[in-house]
Amino acid sequence: MTDQQGFPLPSQITDVPGAENWRSMYQYFTRFQPDDDKRFWFYNSMHFPEPMPAFDTITSEIPYQAIGANTARLFVFPTTLGIEHRIVNGRVYITANPVLDPAEIGRRAEVFGPRAGYYFENWDSLYEGWKERVRGLIDEIESIEVPALPEWEDDAVVFESRGVAQNHYLQENFARCLALYSKMWHHHTEMLMLGYGAYVVFFQFCTQAFPEISDQTVARMVAGIDVIMYRPDDELRALARLAVDLAVDDLFVEGCAAADVLTALETRGAAGAQWLDAFAKARDPWFHVSTGDGFYHHHLSWNDDLTVPFTALPGYVAAFRAGAMRDRPTARLVEERDRIANGYRELLPSDDEQAAFDQMLGLCRLVFPFVEDHKFYCEHWFTTRFFQKIKAFGSLLARFGVVAEADDVFHLHHSEVDKALADLSLAWAAGTPPIGGAHFPPIIAERKRMLKVLRDWSPPPALGPVPEALNDPAVRMLWGVTAERIESWLHPDETEMHGVAASAGVVEGIARVLHDVNEIGEIREGEILVCPVTAPSWAPVFGKIKAAVSDIGGAMSHAAIVAREYGMPAVVGTGDATKRIRTGDRIRVDGDRGTVRVLE
Amino acid sequence: MNFVVTLAAASGAATVGGKGASLGELARAGIPVPPGFVVTVSCFAAAMAAIDPSGDLRARISALDAADLAGIATAAASLRARVVAAPLPDTVMTAIASAYGRLGTGGGAEEIMIDADVAIRSSATMEDSAAASFAGLQDTYLAVAGASSVFDHVRRCWASLYNDESVTYRRRLGLPEDSLGMAVVVQLMVRPRAAGVMFTRSPVSGDRSVVAIEGTWGLGSALVGGDVTPDSFVVSKITGEITGRRLSPKGRIHSFLPNGGGVTVGSAPPALVSEPCLTDDEIRALAETGRRVEAHYGAPQDIEWALLSGDAPAAERIVLLQSRPETVWAARAPAPVAAPKPRPSDHVLSLFGKPR
Repeated sequence: MTDQQGFPLPSQITDVPGAENWRSMYQYFTRFQPDDDKRFWFYNSMHFPEPMPAFDTITSEIPYQAIGANTARLFVFPTTLGIEHRIVNGRVYITANPVLDPAEIGRRAEVFGPRAGYYFENWDSLYEGWKERVRGLIDEIESIEVPALPEWEDDAVVFESRGVAQNHYLQENFARCLALYSKMWHHHTEMLMLGYGAYVVFFQFCTQAFPEISDQTVARMVAGIDVIMYRPDDELRALARLAVDLAVDDLFVEGCAAADVLTALETRGAAGAQWLDAFAKARDPWFHVSTGDGFYHHHLSWNDDLTVPFTALPGYVAAFRAGAMRDRPTARLVEERDRIANGYRELLPSDDEQAAFDQMLGLCRLVFPFVEDHKFYCEHWFTTRFFQKIKAFGSLLARFGVVAEADDVFHLHHSEVDKALADLSLAWAAGTPPIGGAHFPPIIAERKRMLKVLRDWSPPPALGPVPEALNDPAVRMLWGVTAERIESWLHPDETEMHGVAASAGVVEGIARVLHDVNEIGEIREGEILVCPVTAPSWAPVFGKIKAAVSDIGGAMSHAAIVAREYGMPAVVGTGDATKRIRTGDRIRVDGDRGTVRVLE
Repeated sequence: MNFVVTLAAASGAATVGGKGASLGELARAGIPVPPGFVVTVSCFAAAMAAIDPSGDLRARISALDAADLAGIATAAASLRARVVAAPLPDTVMTAIASAYGRLGTGGGAEEIMIDADVAIRSSATMEDSAAASFAGLQDTYLAVAGASSVFDHVRRCWASLYNDESVTYRRRLGLPEDSLGMAVVVQLMVRPRAAGVMFTRSPVSGDRSVVAIEGTWGLGSALVGGDVTPDSFVVSKITGEITGRRLSPKGRIHSFLPNGGGVTVGSAPPALVSEPCLTDDEIRALAETGRRVEAHYGAPQDIEWALLSGDAPAAERIVLLQSRPETVWAARAPAPVAAPKPRPSDHVLSLFGKPR
């Protein structure tokens, strides 16, 4: 697949046998073009670790138009335009579009300076406004009604002379969902790219001043302590504690089903009612946390599927009873963070360098709360609500026989869903079954079949000629794509996996490979977690494991941050650990060097 | 002037040489060094006064041209032979024998005289920058036992001042022969499980936030002498994290056999060859010791260390054999990495405005 020289060209990728028709799932504007062979692309396995269902391509289509608009048109980043994406065999490849002409860079810098400066200068107040705007979008998406299409309209439509029947709102409200999703993504990137910029500047300074400093150490100096991504897990701990205090903890046993526990609590009098009340409060908004990171429709929230919280609760209850509840040691974390930062600061030889260090670190700490917390508002809260609405449209289509079941709607591109809704609107009005009932089911069945086939394809980590420099701010921080990483992709080590040394320490142990957060009930005390990528909803697992390995992620990724907080070794961004390690393998995780080795 | 001072009291390079002064300073700073004493430059002066009372021999060397290699070789060999062969003045001999005897008693109540195994190391007095490059030209003798052997090796250290290379070097720089002096350090041998060197900054990148450690099984002579490729480790001074770890097959081992058994050089036991010579705790303890020494001197150090075996915590098993200022990176003056800007965000603006 790869030769000594480099990665395959996009045009050299052949269709996966049995899924030759994959293009029918995706829009023409996501296909590789002949000229794309001249550019370097890498597989965005961080956000898109699986083949894309047709609807889910919206999670690349929308974010990339928002990110590109932010960097290229809104802040006018001098050296970079936007990110382009392409889909091949169901996988999303991306490239950052650089600006190379010095005159053009200068022209853009003139605009960029005052614009970016304005955001940095007013960061905290802008962030407050940002939260209001995004909360507004969340309110809006939550309030969107999916028409029920009753046999005939309510009296009110007539007696309040509304005049507009429900079928009109099929396409309007569906379009509003898409529009809100797009707006959410524009706000998502509104402050994020600048935030990453602050990180990149500090990382660069540290690696120049201390050439051997590890990314994880720089990240530890930056990390905020009170960020809301920890809230869902904190809520679970509080609920576990409450269960013990109220003496209803006997219901929380290993393997308990959420529905059974909730039903039983209703029979437990005032104590049960009090717990259920606390539970209801915790659910909104904290259980809107996604079990993934919001890039697939099957990344359900805890509210969608209570399995994850109810898998974690018995463990927390037991730990609390045993007096072994490991709370986040926030005081120690703050102290350690400041000790490390002071240690490096003192080694800087001049007052000037110390002052510059203070400025850059201060800037990172200024932006950190936004950089971390935006995920909860955007990828978790808003996005799980968004997918719930789309699924509700799916239920409606299923009721009218356009699709077999609600989730089938996710095998249609949003433009196809819009057509199906037009069809449904006509049919409901005409009093006939929608024609889509004969049109879509075979298409959906074929797409489901192809996705299964495509799942087994091993996408090359990158395509095209390797560029001389990678300096897009998002790329290094978020995806961990560096020159060294590309080198290891080109020359894979057969016995050892290389990733980002995300959290220090070396341990050996038994691997547990989990592909999905819904499987976290399988993990046993003291095992080593091996997973594609983690998100805040994986937090409960970190109380049990002794090390973490992920396919995807950089020094600031979720798994890295949480592992450092728990003081356990972690290697992230290995590329393919979940493919090369099997559950039960004995592995050695070296969080100092960023390597993972299968021992037996 | 004292002929002999204990290491703990050794100070002043003009009296005890650079190495002796440095070990004394370490000992007084609470850093463990093997117990020992220094044969001061007074002994050398007394011995030379007996060998060359008129100073003619040394004056003859002073008169040689640096390019006259044959002349240097002849004159130096003749003086070396005299230095090695001449009996020590009685006062010097008594002082050394008495200090050596005290090392052998181990300070216990029963004054059983045993011959202590000692390391004998030259300690040059030249304090200028050239001293650094001189260091390699003088000698260290390991596992010396018995007073007469100690005398012999002290004389050999002195004689090393008249190596062809040393003489040539002095002639090239026009350094005087008559004010030349040398002290000799005599220290109890240690029997390390592992030993090596460390730099309290990266020798590769100059990074001051790390300690770079190289080590091998047994005596450090296997490493210093190039007999093995050592294991190497890089430790962060700030976080204690071991950020670099390169293990090498360490097929040879230099072992010290006590009670006059000397030093043997042989194949390492197969089980040890590929094993790291230090545990993580030991690595961190060494780095911490290095950091303390650096803090004491206020500058990055180049340190020889040994790690004793035993059940005591790693920090208590470390002894240092030498510490001197790191010279390579100290000589460079790197440009400041960054300066403060009017507004913190200006750093971002300038980075992102930079053509790639």
